[in-house]
Amino acid sequence: MPDYAIEMLEITKAFPGVVANDAVTLRVYDNEVHAILGENGAGKSTLMSILFGLYDADSGQILVRGQKVQIRDPNQATELGIGMVHQHFKLVHNYSVTENIILGKEPRTKTGDVDLRFAEKRVAELSARYGLDVDPKAKVDSISVGMQQRVEILKILYRNAEILIFDEPTAVLRPQEIDELMQIFKRLKAEGKTIILITHKLKEIKEAAERCTILRRGRCIGTVDVRSSSEEEMAEMMVGRSVKFKTDKVPAKPGKTILELKNLFIRKSKGLYAVQNLSLSVRSGEIMGIAGVDGNGQSELVAAIAGMLPVEKGSILLSGKDITKMSIHDRIAAGIGHVPEDRQRFGIVPDFRLDENLVLKSYASPAFSKNGGILNMAAIADYGKKLIQGYDIRAGQGPATKVGSMSGGNQQKVIIAREIELSPELLLVAQPTRGLDVGAIETIHSRLIAERDKGRAVLLVSFELDEILNLCDRIAAISKGEIVGIVDAKDAKERDIGAMMAGFRSAARAEKEAE
Amino acid sequence: MKRSSLNKSLLDRLLSSDKAVSISVVLLGFLCGTLLVVAVGRNASGMYSAMLQTLTGLDVTRGTWNIRYVGEWLNASLPLILCGLSMAFAARTGLFNIGAEGQYVVGLTAAQFVALYGPQIPGLHWMLALLAAAVAGGIWGGVVGWLKAKFSVSEVVATIMLNYVAFFASRWLTMLIPGSNTYRTPSFPATARLSNPLINQLTNGSRLNLGLFVVILSCLVFWFVIEKTKLGFELRATGLNKDAAQYAGINVTKGITSSMIIAGAFAGLAGAVVALGSFSYGRVLGGNDNYGFNGIAVALVGNNTAGGTMIAGLLFGMLASAQPLMQSRQIPKEVTWIISGLVVIFISLRAAFRIILDKRAKRRAAELKERIDE
Repeated sequence: MPDYAIEMLEITKAFPGVVANDAVTLRVYDNEVHAILGENGAGKSTLMSILFGLYDADSGQILVRGQKVQIRDPNQATELGIGMVHQHFKLVHNYSVTENIILGKEPRTKTGDVDLRFAEKRVAELSARYGLDVDPKAKVDSISVGMQQRVEILKILYRNAEILIFDEPTAVLRPQEIDELMQIFKRLKAEGKTIILITHKLKEIKEAAERCTILRRGRCIGTVDVRSSSEEEMAEMMVGRSVKFKTDKVPAKPGKTILELKNLFIRKSKGLYAVQNLSLSVRSGEIMGIAGVDGNGQSELVAAIAGMLPVEKGSILLSGKDITKMSIHDRIAAGIGHVPEDRQRFGIVPDFRLDENLVLKSYASPAFSKNGGILNMAAIADYGKKLIQGYDIRAGQGPATKVGSMSGGNQQKVIIAREIELSPELLLVAQPTRGLDVGAIETIHSRLIAERDKGRAVLLVSFELDEILNLCDRIAAISKGEIVGIVDAKDAKERDIGAMMAGFRSAARAEKEAE
Repeated sequence: MKRSSLNKSLLDRLLSSDKAVSISVVLLGFLCGTLLVVAVGRNASGMYSAMLQTLTGLDVTRGTWNIRYVGEWLNASLPLILCGLSMAFAARTGLFNIGAEGQYVVGLTAAQFVALYGPQIPGLHWMLALLAAAVAGGIWGGVVGWLKAKFSVSEVVATIMLNYVAFFASRWLTMLIPGSNTYRTPSFPATARLSNPLINQLTNGSRLNLGLFVVILSCLVFWFVIEKTKLGFELRATGLNKDAAQYAGINVTKGITSSMIIAGAFAGLAGAVVALGSFSYGRVLGGNDNYGFNGIAVALVGNNTAGGTMIAGLLFGMLASAQPLMQSRQIPKEVTWIISGLVVIFISLRAAFRIILDKRAKRRAAELKERIDE
């Protein structure tokens, strides 16, 4: 009989209105990499939060190395040798790596001071042992996101964790950093650690994990051996139906240039450029993707094209017309649609009705306003009904539903419907599927392809490289506010784009030479 | 376990219905007021009979009926409703117009000037005075809106400061009028007054006047502009989510300025209705009339809607005009202030409850991240 590091038996946890975990059983062998797969809201994070002592389960029991335990808080979990690397790091930015790691468990000298030198030595040892390559003296705000994640790993290793939980660890990483993380997993395993990996990305599971437990809507669907199951099988278990991985699309028929950016400079805050000397063009009938890690100027770029941020130098042309100084209102009229990155903040008015949100940009058009400024409520409600049907928006009270009460996926459908119905020449789309489930993602992807096929120019910003590769016809990699290289999607290699996202121009050049 | 979650959802539901909250808060205020009256050893029925007399003119203690009380009640409510509309209109655009008092004073002063110096044409004179008051109040509010929109000057600070400017400027300017002393100007010509013989007759000599129609019209205008027009759509969007309004191409600067102009105009009208309706001469203000500040409470209880504000204004007007009747029944008149104060406190507690509930809901949402689309 194999040894289990963790057994969570028949765990049930209900929140008002929803059962997050419904008699879920998870058994993790000692010294294995065990993945937990599920969509957003499937109950992965709840299950792990129970294991880490953040929540109490309503029923069920937890066994750690065969011993029945009650985990009331994270300190107790730490004592049991359980550590967690959270999706959002919990680091003090102006502290050094070592200071962050020892925080709360500082070694003392005889006089009672913090023994930083001893601590740094210990951190360096740990780092070398697991091949983490972390500089113990570096300030946290000066190191990359990938390095910060390693600091989090060291933090729990320093506390002698034997079981390491990773919550969506690759969400913030570049492709190269993801590869390196996979190597770190191997090293940790070789050193005898047990790893639980929470993710919704099948590729990573295939690469790193041995077994995989799949959750769907709070229920445990099953545990499979990763080597003997295909990605399609696991995806089907996750979603509950068969899934298309690749969005069907015919080759693009690009036409004339719609959007042209010339040597753009956009300021982030005083003194800093978010975007510098950026030139790019998007043609009708194509999807141009901007690949890059969050925070490299994508958000500012899209905001500037939409008119929400001023451009310092350079120009923006829409179908040859200079719109650099145009107001947001006039840009909308000129034919720019915009699916904003922060949909809660910009995309919707949560306390407005669904139909009011659908006409947020077109309320003043003759169809919805008559006699110089009186709204035609009936026409707006009819329009709402039409779009609810056409875009499969699920809303309890029809056009009168408050958008704030709808799910994230349906809110996004409202925004997509509104922007597409403006039938803009140029559609700016930022992070259209973040946090959405597979069904909503499929709908939104096929809508974007359809817009392309109608001859619209689409500019897509996404931090998910897979989404970019799946949808785009051309891909521009952005790093530190500059376009590092532009490649055709059909001969794009993930590795090269990853290198460009890290700012290596050589890869871009190599790509060009290959053409 | 089950019961507690049921209670929670009941509380949730109660707190999520604005109307239900307002009604229960008012009832709670009356309950506390009643308990207080009983606690100091007085007969609470006297309080209610005084209120009944205010509302219907019926004096149950003596078995007489005089409709004049109803007229006085309505007259006391007029400026409260208008100042409530002022506050509510700004609030719908996400602004806190604490300056209704100043806009009221400016409107009152402008109306008094036009009353004394305007053309004495029957029917036109008082209309011009009302118009001047609305314009003056609109400018007084609009300046603040413009400062807010253009330079992000806090409208709360700006309006409070302008309240003082309005007050002292009004005193100084009014005293410049020949024949004025430190408390009054010469009398208004009859053409400037809002009093109307027919209304006067119908209400048995109360001070109720044409201002009644100004208020009814104002409520209708408020409702129509906010709910039915393009401008209202823009203002509501700006009030509920300024970022999204901006993103949608709505001119937020223009919206904030127009909202403060309209809010100021309502308060200015309140000034005119008091000046021309309840007085036959111009006043050199010795202190604040406080209608502007009370308007904040009126709008709060009225949930910033036209109908709600009207009802809340009538309620607060009833409490004010019931005071003398209460005193004659040995009920301390301060009870009415306690009741209105409690109503405001309770309704503010709703805001606190909301914050707690929102936080809880957000935490829950964060815990569950995004649920399956359904």
